Amino acid sequence: MTVLVGYVDTAPGNAAYEAAVAEAARRGEPLVVLNSPQGGALVDKALVGDERRAELASVAAAAGVAFELRQPTHHDDLAGAIAAVADEVDASVVVIGIRRRSPVGKLFLGSDAQRVLLDLDRPILAVKPRS
Amino acid sequence: MDIAPVIDGFGVVLQPENLLYCLIGVVVGMLVGVLPGLGPAATIAILLPLTYAVEPVTAIIMLAGIFYGAQYGGTITSVLLRLPGEASSVVTVFDGYALARQGKAGTALGIAAIGSFVGGTVSIIALTLVAPFIASFALDFGPPEYTMLALLGILLVAAVGNGSRTKAFVAAAIGLLLATVGRDGFTGAERFTFESLSMADGLDFVPIAMGIFGLAEILHSLENRGKLGKPPAKVSNPWPSRKDLKQSSGAIGRGSVIGFVLGILPGGGAVLSSLAAYGLEKKRSKTPERFGKGAIEGVAAPESANNAAATSSFIPLLTLGIPANATIAVIFGALLIQGITPGPGLVEDHPELFWGVVNSMYIGNILLLMMSIPLVGLFVKILTIRASIMAPITVLITLIGVYTVNNNSFDIVLVIVFGVLGYLMKKAGFEPGPLVLAFVLGSLLESNARRSLILFDGDVAGFATRPISGTLLAVLVVVLVLPLLGFVLRRSLAGRGGPAAPGPGGGATGETPSDSPSDSPSDSPSDTPSDTDAPEGRTKESSR
Repeated sequence: MTVLVGYVDTAPGNAAYEAAVAEAARRGEPLVVLNSPQGGALVDKALVGDERRAELASVAAAAGVAFELRQPTHHDDLAGAIAAVADEVDASVVVIGIRRRSPVGKLFLGSDAQRVLLDLDRPILAVKPRS
Repeated sequence: MDIAPVIDGFGVVLQPENLLYCLIGVVVGMLVGVLPGLGPAATIAILLPLTYAVEPVTAIIMLAGIFYGAQYGGTITSVLLRLPGEASSVVTVFDGYALARQGKAGTALGIAAIGSFVGGTVSIIALTLVAPFIASFALDFGPPEYTMLALLGILLVAAVGNGSRTKAFVAAAIGLLLATVGRDGFTGAERFTFESLSMADGLDFVPIAMGIFGLAEILHSLENRGKLGKPPAKVSNPWPSRKDLKQSSGAIGRGSVIGFVLGILPGGGAVLSSLAAYGLEKKRSKTPERFGKGAIEGVAAPESANNAAATSSFIPLLTLGIPANATIAVIFGALLIQGITPGPGLVEDHPELFWGVVNSMYIGNILLLMMSIPLVGLFVKILTIRASIMAPITVLITLIGVYTVNNNSFDIVLVIVFGVLGYLMKKAGFEPGPLVLAFVLGSLLESNARRSLILFDGDVAGFATRPISGTLLAVLVVVLVLPLLGFVLRRSLAGRGGPAAPGPGGGATGETPSDSPSDSPSDSPSDTPSDTDAPEGRTKESSR
């Protein structure tokens, strides 16, 4: 069993990571960080670079949690990618960051967080950044 | 040399419209340089319809700006992301990216910008001095000379270009075949028109260039869609220190000269010169092991060279009418569209165009130097746009563009046909350059060849009897025979002893270890004071 966290370097993402590290330490389980870019672009802002990866790893190490970073490309199906990794590592809990969306934005673009919450058949911890 | 037309040229450049198009050209060029998969040839091809709307001088100023601007832009992605935006900045990746990893991305970009500026400027000054001299033979040029020149141009690009020589000749032959389509200019007979009215006037250059360069490159770049991107990079400390400048000044000078010389040679151009400049710096350096680990000279030399080459490749175009590479071939096409045949007569007949374009390069290089560093962040941001968004937009612009030229939907079909052809050629390893070049020069070659045969009363030997065409013919024969001779020599060498054949390739790598021990004892006593920074760099690296 592991703790899986969906991570991008944004405020909700970092809040989720913080919560995931705490959760993994509490459960005594290894932490798997999923950083999945959409792919297709030459430079991807969502992708975690070497420096940021080292920072994340040191946070996990400070809490005494085993750290693993996975970066598969998800193309159009982020929820599917999270579900696949969750099954693969047998996640006991999936941690995601959520943010406020306007109804119109949600209508046009949909919500990945909502799809993760509804589609996955695992416990999910949804975290908001402190405002 | 008459100085008045040179001054008048500045008058042309400083017109607000021309200044604006120069700015547009260099910005677009830099942008294109940043984007891998979309080269200057493709962009100039895509923008060809735009040139109909403006004066010839203005159009060529803009297109030239795209070409040398792209050399600046290619550096940015090479240094920051290890993604060479242009083939000519591939070598910049080695040391540029290493410097970026050490937190000196800004230094590398600054040196590259300064090197590019110096390289470009040196080349323009030389162009200013050399071009009128070559063009002074212009009055002696008749149909036979133009015939030989066109033939030589096609042959050189096919022979010297990168890639397989046979495939280049095949591509050139297809280009010549395409040039014969349409009504014969002398007899009025229809050739390869398949009774289609749209083809009776021959194939236009614009749809062919837009298809083979534009559409084909877009299709090709879509193939890399699935590849993983890279995380964004930070730029800090954009100005090189005095020490960096001092260290790279020699490299910039040598790179500029190499670039200028190789740029003039047809088929050489920016790619070859950046490779050559990097190789020379590495060989000259007392500490060759620093190269690839962040040597500032490794950025300075190739960047100066590719800019110098981009500029000097205008010399054969503007003075002799030979396009030295694929991008210049497209610019050649743009000139033909405007009703101007580049050649020895250009300086005399259109001094405002010649000096306008040449002098615009001074302005353009200054603009590039000013913009390259502040705009880095913007350019890197453009790379975050996905290909699935970028490609359809570019294709749409291409197709709308070609339609607006003649309001003829047949041209759209042509672009698509040639786009697919160009894509397949790329996949099969055929260079599209020789095809387009042969097509451009094909009609020139044919009409001049037939005109001269009429002059000579059908006697082919006439080409050899005139001094200039005779000389060109001799060069032609040398270019044809030399590779054959080399091939035969290699054959006979390979036949005599197996291990002797790979000698030059294997010897180069074998030389370096054997050279360094023999050099170090003789050099070390005298060179110790000046060499101090080298061991310093080494200890820094080992401590990391």
